Amino acid sequence: MNQTMPILEAKNLSVERAGTTLLDVPHLDVEDGEVLSLIGPNGAGKTTLLVTLCHLFKYFSGTILFKGRQVGNGLSAGQYRQKIAMVFQEPLLFNTTVFENVAAGLRFRKAPRLEIEEAVKENLERFGIGHLADRSARTLSGGEAQRTSLARAFAVKPDMLFLDEPFSSLDPPTRESLINDLEKILDGSGTTTIFATHDRIEALRLSDRIAVMNKGRILQVGAPDDVMNHPADEFVASFVGVETILKGKVIERRMGIVMVSVSGREIAVIGEHDIGDSITLCIRPENVTLSINPSKTPTSARNTFPGTIERIVPMGLFQKVELDCGFPLVAYVTHDSVGELSLCEGADVAASLKATAIHVVKK
Amino acid sequence: MDLIFEGIKKAFLLLVTLDREVLGITFLSLKVSGLATIISVLIGVSTGTVIALNAFPGKRIVVSLVNTGMGLPPVVVGLFVTIFLWRNGPFGFLGILYTPLAIIIAQAIIATPIVMGITVAAMQQLPKKLRLQILALGATRLQMVWMLIKEARLSLLAAIMAGFGGVISEIGASIMVGGNIKGYSRVLTTATVMETSRGNFDVAIALSIILLLLAYFINLILTHIQQKERPR
Repeated sequence: MNQTMPILEAKNLSVERAGTTLLDVPHLDVEDGEVLSLIGPNGAGKTTLLVTLCHLFKYFSGTILFKGRQVGNGLSAGQYRQKIAMVFQEPLLFNTTVFENVAAGLRFRKAPRLEIEEAVKENLERFGIGHLADRSARTLSGGEAQRTSLARAFAVKPDMLFLDEPFSSLDPPTRESLINDLEKILDGSGTTTIFATHDRIEALRLSDRIAVMNKGRILQVGAPDDVMNHPADEFVASFVGVETILKGKVIERRMGIVMVSVSGREIAVIGEHDIGDSITLCIRPENVTLSINPSKTPTSARNTFPGTIERIVPMGLFQKVELDCGFPLVAYVTHDSVGELSLCEGADVAASLKATAIHVVKK
Repeated sequence: MDLIFEGIKKAFLLLVTLDREVLGITFLSLKVSGLATIISVLIGVSTGTVIALNAFPGKRIVVSLVNTGMGLPPVVVGLFVTIFLWRNGPFGFLGILYTPLAIIIAQAIIATPIVMGITVAAMQQLPKKLRLQILALGATRLQMVWMLIKEARLSLLAAIMAGFGGVISEIGASIMVGGNIKGYSRVLTTATVMETSRGNFDVAIALSIILLLLAYFINLILTHIQQKERPR
């Protein structure tokens, strides 16, 4: 991460309604040019955070600094909002033509006519909706409408873009093609973006950093691989796709490896925890290997457990195998492996995983 | 039946020959109700927008009062406007009772809650996030409000139609505050009542036909604009 001043800095943001805390974010930095994803379940406070960061919410406390200037003190909320743009989950188009919709932000800024025409055309083409310019916005399909909404936001050449789950109401093929286009456009324009989604795959594709939210708080911010592989707590772990979360106690410690007792089984993990510590182990299902006859040749996997297959659930391109190894364990395997190993419910298998593939969260 | 037939025949003649008195009454009706509607739109749309877009204590009570006002009986309005404009009344010094201006005031009072009530409903029907979206595109508050009014324009046209329809056909207030003075404050409805009571059914029918046509054409124009705006 570069050392320059963040483009956006939020301090002590808090929103309360009727005695309930909707948002509590002590600190958040957004670097110039980065794409930051906010992920979390519905109701986690993603929209509230975006709306607050856009200074659209009257009732919040805290400070927002844009390029070092405090919004509402030095930089008026109006001036600030002319430098940003936001796209909501619903396209929220105006009842006029597609062209006029995309021109709206520039008209608010009283831009000259030629500049408006140029910017609108450029952005319509960018989002592949040039042919819809004269159509009434009310006649568009969901995907076309969301493209128009995105083009409208990009047309004002914002310094910062706020996207609030812009794809969540689209069908999968439409969503896929729009994400592809947005990915290219964000790469090309370098626009600093905060992107809220409840889809971690979308977040992984588009972002430089991910922030995981729940109940109005940011639980963890970091590079995607960091958040995916080193979740800060159980909630983050379960949200980013860690299927197995085990609680245990450290019973032995030697040379960077600790042995953790989980339901009477011993699991080797990397760590420097003290004996007697209660810790939580996070195991991603793609890191678990299954075999029928564990080979006699030594492998680098420190952990191998016999277990019984309880359930096999098809997940599209792969299958999810739920095991009972004395503790529950989930593995993802390909359809080919299921066939080759004759995996079926009730079958006995051996599950192996490397100590380094287990992420430890201290309680 | 002869009565009706003769009446229609005479009415037709009055219309075709452009009877001066009938024309005068018609134009005065249009002028008075048109101006009253314009005043009610200015007050009703602006106040209705303020009510709809702001949260304040007692908002529900205000909205229910406005909605009640949509059914304000014209005779009640007529009574109070008369009292206020009466020689000894608070505004008696203006000396405008029994003038077309008094009818305009009374009709504006009748039409304003109608326009305001429909405006409140229309603005509240817009998606809540639309306001945030407009602001998030860099609009000032004034631009945001204007944009919302534009978004609600189809419903606002309905508000104008309802307001105009309410006052052009209104009789109680017009006769009370206008006095139905020939050639001065006589409008289509007050003239129709008078001619009917005199047994001049032919003139009354002619006036009624004009009233119906007027209401129809004004609404035709507004409906045309409204329907043209609807999605293809």
